[in-house]
Parts: sequence; C-alpha cells; structure tokens
Amino acid sequence: MEQVLSQIPEFLSPANIRFLVQAMGVTIALTFFGCGLGFLLAFFVVFARQTPGHWALPLRAAAILFVETFRRIPFLVTIYLVLFGLAVIVKNASLFAIALIAICIYATAYSADIIRGGFESVPRQQIEAARAMNFGRWRTMIHVIIPQSWPVILPPAMVFMVAFVKDTALVSQLGVFELTFRGKELANQGFSAVLVYSTVALLYFVMSYPLTRFGQWLEKRLATPRSQRPQRKLR
Amino acid sequence: MSYTFQFNIIFAHLPELVHGALLSLLLALAGFWIGAPFALLLAAIRTSGPVWLKRIAGVYVIFVTNTPVLIHIYFLFFGLPELGIRLDKYWTVIAALVMATAAYGCEIMRGGFLSVRRSEMEAAETLGFSRFQTVLYVIVPHIMKTIYPALANYFIVLTLSTSMAMIIGVEELLGTAYNIASDNYRHLEAFIVAAGFYVVITFVASLSLALIGRWAFRVRAKIF
Amino acid sequence: MPHLEVKDLSASYGDLKVLHGVDLSFEKGEVVALIGPSGSGKSTILRVLVGLTPCTGGDVILDGEPVRYGFAASVRAARDKMAIVFQQYNLFQNMDVMRNVTIAPVKIKGRPRAEAEADAARILARVGLADKCHAYPDELSGGQQQRVAIARALALKPEILLLDEVTSALDPELVNEVLDTIRDLARDGMTMLIVSHEMAFVREVASKVVMMDKGKVVEVGTPADIFDRPRSERAREFVGKILRH
Repeated sequence: MEQVLSQIPEFLSPANIRFLVQAMGVTIALTFFGCGLGFLLAFFVVFARQTPGHWALPLRAAAILFVETFRRIPFLVTIYLVLFGLAVIVKNASLFAIALIAICIYATAYSADIIRGGFESVPRQQIEAARAMNFGRWRTMIHVIIPQSWPVILPPAMVFMVAFVKDTALVSQLGVFELTFRGKELANQGFSAVLVYSTVALLYFVMSYPLTRFGQWLEKRLATPRSQRPQRKLR
Repeated sequence: MSYTFQFNIIFAHLPELVHGALLSLLLALAGFWIGAPFALLLAAIRTSGPVWLKRIAGVYVIFVTNTPVLIHIYFLFFGLPELGIRLDKYWTVIAALVMATAAYGCEIMRGGFLSVRRSEMEAAETLGFSRFQTVLYVIVPHIMKTIYPALANYFIVLTLSTSMAMIIGVEELLGTAYNIASDNYRHLEAFIVAAGFYVVITFVASLSLALIGRWAFRVRAKIF
Repeated sequence: MPHLEVKDLSASYGDLKVLHGVDLSFEKGEVVALIGPSGSGKSTILRVLVGLTPCTGGDVILDGEPVRYGFAASVRAARDKMAIVFQQYNLFQNMDVMRNVTIAPVKIKGRPRAEAEADAARILARVGLADKCHAYPDELSGGQQQRVAIARALALKPEILLLDEVTSALDPELVNEVLDTIRDLARDGMTMLIVSHEMAFVREVASKVVMMDKGKVVEVGTPADIFDRPRSERAREFVGKILRH
C-alpha cells in the first residue's frame, strides 16, 4: 500500500494530468456526439417504423429488426461488428470514426425504443385532431407528438446517456484514446494498477455523477404539470 | 463491396461457441445470485439502517453505479495482485459482477422497499416478527411482484455484460468467437454468429423470465 | 344540389359492424341533429366523414363530388371543407390558445401568420374568449376549452361544421356557454351536423332531426315531427324515454 501511495507525486505530474484530462475530453465527445446523433436518428427510425400501408412493410420490418437486434447484443459485439464490417466497405476508416459509428448504432437502437414509448404515451385523440385538420404524419409528429412526449422520453434518455458515459470504456478495445485506454497505457508504463484504475474510476465518476443528478432533477421537473411550474410572462 | 462470406468455417466450431455461451450464462448467474443477498443487505441498510452505515452504503452504491464495470474488472484483475490478493480470471469477473449486482440490485430493491406501506410493517412488528423476519417474510414477497420486471431486465443486461470478460481472456461466448476469428481470419462472420447467439440467449432468457414471472409472482410482463 | 349526401354508408370497428347502410342528405345552411341512444353510430358517421374511421361501403358526396376515402388527395380535399369538434375538445396541450387556433391555417392552408392571427383574434372574440389568447389548455375550464376547439374549427373556414357531442363532457354550468356559441353559428347560416343529447337545444336550433338506432336511420323530420309526432315505434320509445326527464 505504501508503495502505491509513494507513486502518487510522480503519477500526478502535470503531463499525466493533462494526458488524462484530454482523454476525458475524448470520452465526453464520444458520449455527446454519439448519443446526440443516435437520438436524432432514432426519430427517423421510429417514424419509419410507424409508416402505415402495405408498401411500407419492408421499411417497418427493417426498423423493427434494427432496433430489436442491436438492443439485444452487447455493445462490445457491436463495436467488433462495426470494426470488421466497415473494413469491408471502407478501407482506412479512423478508429474514432469506427467508435462513433458503433456508438451511434447502439444509441439509435436504444433511443428508438425510448422514443417509441414516448410517442405511444400521447393520447390518440391528439393525433386524431391533427389528422382531421389535414396534418400529414410528419407535421403531426413535429408539432403535436414530439412536444408532448418529452416528459416521457427525456428521463430514460438521460439514464441511457449516463450509462453510456461508462460504456464508452469499451471503445478502448479499438485503441481510441479515451480515458480507459489512457489508463491502460499508464498502468503499462509501470504505475500501480490500484493507483491508476482508482484514479480513472474517480474521473469517470466526476463525469457521470453530475449527469445522474441532472437526470434526476429533470425527471422531477418534468413530472410537474405546466400550470404548477414557474409562470411564464404573459405577452 | 467484394467480400465472400464463409460461415461454414464458423459453424464448424459451433460446439465451442455453445460452450462459451454456457459459460457466459454461468458467469451471469453467479454474479446475480451471489450479488443478490448483498443487494438486499445494502437496500435494507439504506432504507432503515443507522445513519453512518447508510452513508457508507450510499457512497458504495453511488460510486459503483457511476463507474464502468470494465474499470472494476481492470482494478480487480490488475490491482488486487498488488495488494496481495490473487484471483483467477473467472473469479475476478464474478467479483466485478457481484459488485455491480450489489449496487444496481440495491437500487432496484430500495424502490421496492419504499413502496411498502408502514401499516404492513407495523402489523408484522405487533405479531412478534423481528426486523429481520419482517424483511424476509413480509416485505420480500410483497415487493417481489413490483421489482421482478426490473430485476429480470437487469439480469438480461448482466448477461450481455459478461462479454467484457473476453478482455481479460475468459473464453465465454465473445471470447470464443474472437479466438475462432483470430485463428481463421473470418472476423466478420464470427461476430455475426456471436451476435446471433446473444440474440437467441436474450430471447430465451426474456421468455423464461417472463414465464417464471407469470407463474411464480403473477407478474404480467411483456415477452418480446 | 345537396351540400352533403350520404348514401348507404356502412362502417365497422374491426369485426363489429357499427353502421348498416345509412342515408343522409342536407342543404347549405341546414342544421342537422343526429340523436339516438349510445352506440347507435352517430359519432361514427362524423368520424367516417372526416376520414378517421374507415367506411366499408356506401358513398359520401360533398358538393356533388364523391369522396374517395381510399385516396389521400380526396380525403384531404374533404377535410378541407369539413371541420370537426370533438367531445373531449382535443386541444393541442403543448400550444397556447392562439397557436392552437392558427396552426392549421398557417401550416396546412398556408395563410400568412399575421392574417391568421387577426382572424383568430376575431373568432376568439366571437366565442367570448378574447382575453385568453395566450393561455394554455390546462389553464382553461372545460367550457372554455370547448369554445377554443370551436374557434379552432372555425378558423379553417369550413363549409360544414361537425359537432360530436360537444357538451357531453362538460359540467352542467358550462354547457350553456357552448350552446350559446353554437346557436350564434346556426343563426349566421353555418351548415352544421350536430350529434347531441341536449334535446331542448336540438329542438330549438336544428332544422332537421335524424334519429338513429343500432347503426340505422330510424326516422327523419323536423324537430316538431320527431319530438311531437314520432311515427316509428323505436322513435316513439326513445322520445318517450327522454322527454320524461
């Protein structure tokens, strides 16, 4: 234990600290861009899944298949599938791009499920009112369904994103320079594993916990009906 | 795109993959069942323990649920030997899964605890049950119905996360697939087959858990 | 030429047949009331007209043109001319009153926002809600919400207004404000198809009353005909029951 503690000054050198903070930046970038893009794409997937009509059956099937498959396989498997699958199509994809695509696929599949739950929570009559006024499916989704499904979509979406910050650790398997990968590098340089991984854990905690708390605050906030929230100014 | 799929090579190794799948399930079951009692303990402490103990349990749960399981695995695998503890790779993974189950399970069960009405607990107390007996015979059956879906879902997630064990060399499903891929240079096919296995495992597990839920606890859960 | 004609209309919800060959016809400016026991298919007719429930047989002819409900363009054209007000108001919860009323004219009919808002202000004043332009639905009473729903329908400048039991979900004290609004509209010559349980109101406002039962038209006539001199057995039974209150 004393051995571990004695390494601390050398471990916490400015170079190392910068090293780790940069890696945190990569983790955060992967999380936000990957989840953000995935979330956006998920709306299209849900829209596709709900397209009516016989001609749309393949489209609906594809959407359902995509979501149900990637929700049922481990993220690590998705990463490897993208790694080797992409290599068939594109010759020299960057590791970051591969990671981003894998994250995107994973986030899209999970978000699509969350969003679909949100859409189904909007009362049918709202949609009927819109259709009776000649709103098309897209307009109905944008103006009526999405605004009313936020309270049901956002809390699980936040939970997913928090969980996702931790899942980015798996991307280290690709060799992307995120936090876990840098941690492994430091451990390989001779620093005590206890020291390195405790620190890395702490850094993940620092990224994840505020998001968890924000998610809890958001959930509480969205649970109060509009009339009980702080009043908006009347125009 | 010029790539000829050769799945037959992978299919020749099906027995090994099945073996790996069974190991994955075994790891998940071990992680779950060894961790569940700890989860229950932590949930009980966080609900009605002395303040100082509540704090410690709280810190543990919050820390474990906000850090990646992979880091837990690395810490146990590479760090414990420095502290004089030597675990083989299998027990390392199980230990990490136990840690996670204790934490996540605690939160699930705590949700269940909070749904128990005071009146039930008081009734049990007046009938002469000790605290511990109250928990075991009154609260647990009552909340099982509430928390069963969450626990079942967690088990599925746990099974999928056993795939991380391949990183430290465990030959569970993904590890086996990776080895087959490396030996035969048929990576894409190997991982597609592995993915197929996981989908089947998940489906079978969801189905079984849903059925068990309906029979044992009368929980109406979606099967698919 | 009748404004709207319904010939031998049939409709089902899944396996349950709800309309069995309904015939209906009315001219411009007529106020037609559909009455009858619950489940007689009155609301279903309105829903079929506006394309929310599929029809399994029969024809709908609007302004001399048949409406083909299988074709999107035809349905859109029909919806352009008819506006429906629902029993549960169905106001868009995420928008304030002004936006609820103007969103369809602006987004669907393509009118400039300023013009739509001026029009909306006028209509809201007409239904007595000029001061609630920026309130949200959950801040309004049921009667107010229903009047906003009527305003929303009027903003579309429909040829025919369909009112589906618009007072049935309201507290008794709030019913009159909505009925007053409808009475004004009738006086101004709007063609309306009203489904209602408010018999006194129907008697006062309707120019034609259609009595329905079990998905069929039982009797058609003026309010006086139906309420004072019902001819068919079923109509007599129904009128007898309701007038006993």
